[in-house]
Amino acid sequence: MSNVIVIAEVRGGKLKRPSLEAVTAALQLATASGGKVHAIACGSGLDAACADLASSGVHKVVAIDGPAFANYSSDGYAKAIAEQAKAAGAAAVLMAHTAMGKDLLPRVSALLDGAIVTDAIAVSCEGGVFGAQRPVFAGKATMTARAAKAPFCASLRPNNFAAASGGGSAEISKVAAPAGDLLAVVKEIVASGSDRTPLQEAKVVVSGGRGLKEPQHFKLIEDLAAAFGPGVAAVGASRAVVDAGWRPHREQVGQTGKVVSPPLYIAIGISGAIQHIAGMRTARTIVAINKDADAPIFKIADFGIVGDAFEVVPALTKAVAEIVQHK
Amino acid sequence: MDIVVCIKRVPATDAAIKIAADGKSIDPAGVQFELNAYDEFALEQALRIKDQLGAGSVTVVTIGPKEAQKELRDALARGADKAVLLTTDQWVYDGASTAAALAAWIKTTPCQLVLCGRQAVDSDNNQLPANLAGRLGFACVTEAGKLTLDNGTFTAERDIEGAREVVSARTPAVISCQKGLNEPRYANLKGIMAAKKKPFEESPAQLGAPAVEIVSLALPPARAAGRIVGEGAAAVPALIAALREAKLL
Repeated sequence: MSNVIVIAEVRGGKLKRPSLEAVTAALQLATASGGKVHAIACGSGLDAACADLASSGVHKVVAIDGPAFANYSSDGYAKAIAEQAKAAGAAAVLMAHTAMGKDLLPRVSALLDGAIVTDAIAVSCEGGVFGAQRPVFAGKATMTARAAKAPFCASLRPNNFAAASGGGSAEISKVAAPAGDLLAVVKEIVASGSDRTPLQEAKVVVSGGRGLKEPQHFKLIEDLAAAFGPGVAAVGASRAVVDAGWRPHREQVGQTGKVVSPPLYIAIGISGAIQHIAGMRTARTIVAINKDADAPIFKIADFGIVGDAFEVVPALTKAVAEIVQHK
Repeated sequence: MDIVVCIKRVPATDAAIKIAADGKSIDPAGVQFELNAYDEFALEQALRIKDQLGAGSVTVVTIGPKEAQKELRDALARGADKAVLLTTDQWVYDGASTAAALAAWIKTTPCQLVLCGRQAVDSDNNQLPANLAGRLGFACVTEAGKLTLDNGTFTAERDIEGAREVVSARTPAVISCQKGLNEPRYANLKGIMAAKKKPFEESPAQLGAPAVEIVSLALPPARAAGRIVGEGAAAVPALIAALREAKLL
């Protein structure tokens, strides 16, 4: 009974990329624990997503499929997943730390009466004991923890593991989604913008702060983000400009906003308060553009330009757009 | 409606963190503590629901140190009816054992709605509300940015990646509150005076062993020193070259 379960996230019939990152972590754990990886997906019309899962390197796919699960229900999904996880002999259960992962995995863990760590950046299994590393205090410290109870559940921070592309063709077993009394059900999903890239999944995050002086100057930030091409970059904001009402809270990067770790983070007109740095310090490469050469942001930036955002950013946008267009 | 609000005393968000000698906790010396920022939205929402319904009660509960009396008193001064301090001298970082202890306590008290902050900004788990709901068999919505209550059912909205989810649910429920749900009130003098006469219970928390043990707590590795590539727009080509070299463009 040392199998590792991945709870896959399917939205609009499509497998979400962070679920494939969870497969990578699960394969790593299963190698150490001597178990197999079972992926469990919930929803209605899961064939395409399950085909992607089956060829990701997992050993088995369980599809809990049916009209009763057409809309996400944390209690409905959790109950069905917990039953399947028990049947599969789950020693560990992994899921991506997305909006759904945060909502669903703790409930699954409660039903299994197991241990849970969230927002993990690394997982391990040594001598049969599962463990994880995770940021605490919004990344001001890193906790290394180990499970003292089974099963071990962990949600994984997106962009920290490579997406699995293991190949293979795992067996897909279908289970009918149970019709039953659901306590909470999603009624509607409203797109919050045209085709905005989610902040925590973006390859590039371009963030603006007080240095932009006026809310309308965020156009500079949006233009630079757009220059990277469709679906690549997301717009972020400092707490100061969110609290001032310039930008919505969903764009806030930092301790009371989102913690992001994209390959590239560009901070523009952001001085670098402890609060903000906590939310982006794990980005692979940090670029800072600020008028003040003494701004704390330059202490953690890989590349800095000291200068006026209104002069530097349009030039950068133009240069990026030229490169992206010629690719 | 009887509402329970779960709160936590945490280090202030602008506090620099130092690791204690045991290598498993933070050094509290010089650290200011405060009510967890997200819990302010949970408390405010509870007070608004009670006002809206014109009936019911708001009980604030925490599992924490004796010092958390301060945050509970503040919640009473803002309008909560009763405070419960379940004491422990351990750092409350483990979601599973905390949820189990809270669930056991909630089962002893009238409660149709539990409101929590989306996460405590110390342990940053973002797991207690859903874990608690699972143990209580309650409906759950996490990270609610909007909440409308109507006669035992409610509609909550939460941000998901690139969109907003509208969730319909019914009580009893656990809801975790996101920043922006409301504009929290502060205590006034009248509230502070009234708080002194409100019920305040204190007893040891019935916490089981943590389901997750801390092996170590460490400061993250410092980032390697970067470089200023230049000044003004003239530095853009140098930055582009550096990004291309790092295969980011």
